[in-house]
Amino acid sequence: MTTQGIFDEMWGTDGDLRGPYQEFNTWFEGEDASRLRTKQRDAEDLFRLTGITFNVYGKSEAEERLIPFDIVPRIISGAEWHRLSRGIEQRVRAINAFLHDIYHKQEIIKAGRIPAEMISQNEAFLPHMIGVSPPGGVYTHIVGIDLVRTGPGEFYVLEDNARTPSGVSYMLENRETMLQMFPELFSQNKVLPVQNYPVNLRRSLAASAPHSANGTPVVAVLTPGIYNSAYFEHAFLADQMGVELVEGHDLRVVDGRVAMRTTRGYTPIDVLYRRVDDEFLDPLNFNPDSALGVPGIMDVYRAGNITIANAPGTGIADDKAIYSYMPEIVEFYTGERPLLKNVQTWRCSEPDALAYVLDNLKDLVVKEVHGSGGYGMLIGPTASKKELAAFRKKLERHPSNYIAQPTLSLSTVPIFSRAGLTPRHVDLRPFVLVSPGRVDVTPGGLTRVALKKGSLVVNSSQGGGTKDTWVLEE
Amino acid sequence: MLGKTANGLFWMSRYLERAENTARLIETGQRIALTRLGSGDEDWASVLQSAGALAAFQDTGRTVTKDTAMDWMIRDLGNPSSIRSCIAAARQNARLVRTAITGEVWEAVNATHMESANLLARKVSERDLPEVLRAIRQNTALVRGMVHGTMMRNDIYDFLRIGTFLERADNTARILDVKYYVLLPSVSAVGSSIDNVQWESILRSVSASGGFRMEHGAGGGAQDIAQFMILDKRMPRSLAFCVGKLQSNLSYLTAAPDSPTEALKMVQHLQSEYLSHDIGAVFDFGLHEFIQEVLKHLAIIARQTEIDFRFYE
Repeated sequence: MTTQGIFDEMWGTDGDLRGPYQEFNTWFEGEDASRLRTKQRDAEDLFRLTGITFNVYGKSEAEERLIPFDIVPRIISGAEWHRLSRGIEQRVRAINAFLHDIYHKQEIIKAGRIPAEMISQNEAFLPHMIGVSPPGGVYTHIVGIDLVRTGPGEFYVLEDNARTPSGVSYMLENRETMLQMFPELFSQNKVLPVQNYPVNLRRSLAASAPHSANGTPVVAVLTPGIYNSAYFEHAFLADQMGVELVEGHDLRVVDGRVAMRTTRGYTPIDVLYRRVDDEFLDPLNFNPDSALGVPGIMDVYRAGNITIANAPGTGIADDKAIYSYMPEIVEFYTGERPLLKNVQTWRCSEPDALAYVLDNLKDLVVKEVHGSGGYGMLIGPTASKKELAAFRKKLERHPSNYIAQPTLSLSTVPIFSRAGLTPRHVDLRPFVLVSPGRVDVTPGGLTRVALKKGSLVVNSSQGGGTKDTWVLEE
Repeated sequence: MLGKTANGLFWMSRYLERAENTARLIETGQRIALTRLGSGDEDWASVLQSAGALAAFQDTGRTVTKDTAMDWMIRDLGNPSSIRSCIAAARQNARLVRTAITGEVWEAVNATHMESANLLARKVSERDLPEVLRAIRQNTALVRGMVHGTMMRNDIYDFLRIGTFLERADNTARILDVKYYVLLPSVSAVGSSIDNVQWESILRSVSASGGFRMEHGAGGGAQDIAQFMILDKRMPRSLAFCVGKLQSNLSYLTAAPDSPTEALKMVQHLQSEYLSHDIGAVFDFGLHEFIQEVLKHLAIIARQTEIDFRFYE
């Protein structure tokens, strides 16, 4: 049931059923495999019908794919979650304090905790944000913290997503699907609800509205459009929040406010939950070729007349080179020891680290500093000689583009396959909402699972699937 | 509501209506071909014309046969009005307005798309044709039912209805335009069996033959058919019915009763100038000229609706 030496969240390392899975296991043993297989197919039909798909970049524009869904939930005990969520909250507070500091006094640099060039030379640093204070002081309204586990109490932060984390719609739809297919499981287990996320999101965004908002703040979701890989999620969230889903060409600056073109003329927006990258947000201030953004929105923003969630320039906080400084960052701003661990990270910009990485390439995971989605990374242990050689050249040419980390033995959770329960590696992305004076961590999050045996890559663009994630009541 | 959303709703329902009308036109064409002796390839040119798909077909350089005409109207993605293209476009628009429609409507559109993708993946054989076309009509009817049963009666609903009735009026007018000559009293072949087949085909292509028989029994002539399809306010595909619906939905959208939108004024004009007389007046005006005028008005109303409600800018 488990893989040698690897921690399985259901069976531990020694094959003893762990506490959170007791009820589930009893239920599973009483189930007929063919019924479950039918249910698994029903789930896929349900996803296809509701249109929970993502578009794959590099494929034909019309291609939409389902992310495979596995019916075995990932179960976290209340006590485990309590510790985790405190760590997440601490980290998110530190990230917001860091962003404020970096775009204002830069105390952390003056204190010598981060080298000045880490900021000034970093392309994720946005000079337009210097001296700008976002409404309510919130930079990252929505954060996704990617966690991995290697043992009973061993959680590591793999990366912080402080720009526009995606995947929350899968968290919600996975739960909805499980509720429809196996209602009995939810009578047997006390699972903390996630369904109020959209309502919390709307409340949280509204609470971050600028002073210029009159009455109930007008919130809208900005999407790059229907060909974006996460369009389904953008539409889903707008729908669930009951707000408009807008594209750049629906918006324009009217009388110093950002307004959307309605059938009865232009209506001002107070809070824009944008799912468009900084670079494309404002063709007047950033990329002049962008058709996805709103000309002049940055000027409205600097005048304090709109909230952009997340704030422009938050990328500096989830940059993979900055990641290696997160323990210092947490300590510097909270005055506390970090509750969540960082994965050991070699910054290839440093000659000693680069030398170590080149010597140990086949044992390491090497990532692009600005990459995401599992693109452009090297997994040493599974790479071919040819891939290693090619990557070595890239590293030598642009060392500062990369960081390296040890390959962690990620925990596994069983998936339901032809052979019954079989262990597969997982990660976890909890979602966090930040509003003035408040941090809400949704219990659970998105569990991504590598469906290929032994694979450590969980990204949906690379063949990963998802699971419902349960946090049990304490 | 966003102008873009109004646009998406309008086109979603227009494309669904078009897919359904095309399916019905093909059914009628096939039925005529089957109930007549000899080859009927020239009839398919007229079916293509009724579907507004003849010119684009001729541009491809192919010759009109039953097979080529049917495939062009059913499956060809080079034809933006083929059933397959229409359903894909309807779904694309539904995705665009996903936040404005209910989950039930979205799922019905998505299911229509999934089933038609399946049914239309390969060339439809003559044997499967009735079943495939029936499935298309049932699926689009399901969407309409979901709209009717789950959508709030607000501006979202109005734009869906405006799209439906503009497309439907346009469809009915085009069928009349292609076949108007068989309805003229002066045609020498009046009363011959050919004409009866033609009349039947006109009625069938708007699903009106049952209603017409209910009204006229075994009797009823060309003028009655014209009256039924143009002026009968109870017939859900007549011009008067469709224009009446356009008028009411556009007036619900008017912010203040004393300042109607331009599109509404145009519909009111179309109603009072063209659809408030008896059928004799229509024939005096000239049936062909009359239909041409109506088609022209419908196109202008569609354009004006886009402007009035800021679909694009």
